[in-house]
Amino acid sequence: MNKFTPIISLACLLLAACGSDNNTTSVTPPAPAPEPAPEPTQYEFKVTAINLTHGQPLSPLGAALHTSGQFWTIGEMASAELESLAEGGDNSGLLGLSVVNSSVSGAAPLGPGKTAELMLTTTSLTDQKLSLVTMMVNTNDGFTGLNSIDVSQMAVGDYAKMTTRAYDSGTEANSEQSGSMPGPADGGEGFNAERDDIDKVAMHPGVVGNDDGLSSSVLTSAHKFDNPLMAVTITRVK
Amino acid sequence: MKAKLLSLVCTSSLLAMSAAQAAAVDVKITNLTQGIYFTPILIGAHTSDAHLFQTGQAASEGLQAMAEGGSIEALSTTLDSINADKLANPAGGLLAPASSAMGSLTTAENNTTLSIVAMMLPTNDGFIGLDGWKIPTEAGTYHIYLNAYDAGTEANNELVVEGSGAPGTPGIPASPGVAPGTQGAGVTDVEGNSMIHIHRGNVGDDEAVGGKSDLHNTVHRWLNPVAKVTVTVK
Repeated sequence: MNKFTPIISLACLLLAACGSDNNTTSVTPPAPAPEPAPEPTQYEFKVTAINLTHGQPLSPLGAALHTSGQFWTIGEMASAELESLAEGGDNSGLLGLSVVNSSVSGAAPLGPGKTAELMLTTTSLTDQKLSLVTMMVNTNDGFTGLNSIDVSQMAVGDYAKMTTRAYDSGTEANSEQSGSMPGPADGGEGFNAERDDIDKVAMHPGVVGNDDGLSSSVLTSAHKFDNPLMAVTITRVK
Repeated sequence: MKAKLLSLVCTSSLLAMSAAQAAAVDVKITNLTQGIYFTPILIGAHTSDAHLFQTGQAASEGLQAMAEGGSIEALSTTLDSINADKLANPAGGLLAPASSAMGSLTTAENNTTLSIVAMMLPTNDGFIGLDGWKIPTEAGTYHIYLNAYDAGTEANNELVVEGSGAPGTPGIPASPGVAPGTQGAGVTDVEGNSMIHIHRGNVGDDEAVGGKSDLHNTVHRWLNPVAKVTVTVK
């Protein structure tokens, strides 16, 4: 799904080369080597993200370029930085990780049906990976995004479209109770260092809501979501 | 579109180049859910005309036994009878939420497709499924995401009943992890779709005693996909 056109065309070229050995009767002089194009000093990526949910505002999107590391791994404990994003919508910890060499944050939350555009610049493409993170703010510790998408092979003008799924940081029980969620449906607490859930990152089971049988929930059917959460396009623009 | 056509051309060329099909394959399965357990997993590489299950078709008796009670014995026998390459129970029992299990297979020449099943607990007859995925001939690492299916053989009453893993006995045989509720009235006693279909999910309720369901609506629900399969072709 995330294969970029350059990878495909390279495979084709290799195959074409394999099959072209049998026509060697005429020899043409080699063309003069083209001047090597000057390496651009700056590379730029545009990240466009649409909030596909019915009623879950997404905390300000955080996008980062890094050459190693994963922002999360299913089955492993959430980092303190991830917990801070997933419970409180604060992306500064993840964007401030030492592996990050370029980052940008949205200025405001991204409402349902809205589109955000983020620009990332870097001076090296080698091994660059792109990650994108945001919290569904009317949840206890739900987040969505992209984890280490390899963008190092993208040429200028190449784009990749993908969708994101809902994850649960496993750091706060999904009580949906009054005072436990920072989004506008509740206006409650964001980050709390206490961990009272399975303490492993997993996929999110979805919100239940008062309308669907959780009588103590302050959420309604309007806050329910299903995968996917965002439609994202990454374009290398420079 | 153009890129897609190109990639198809390339893929078929690569297939033509590598005639030998026998392969060494590593299979890793990750339970992506937050509160659902998988019973012993059955992985088989078999000929492309064989199936452990097919959506829109009725479940075999072996699939029913797996989906209602977690027993992979009958399906294992089926795989043996068609000379499939088999990897049974790589997790050595239950695969807990947000956990992984891994194993290896050496596939015979004609066993070009991969299928995987395991029951989801607690459900009445829910299972994770992969039906006939073509094993690539090109060495590499491939990711597949699995959905939750309903075998269509038992009403989803969501009541935990000891001994109900036997085919035809209504109920969920066990609910590992968070202790289930008790004395639920039952969500339904009807199975309206007897073909294998996408599971509609557990409903659950918020009452420890009574209510409709013995399951918890904050613990035992899920959204697809429920499992990730990582296949490494060597």
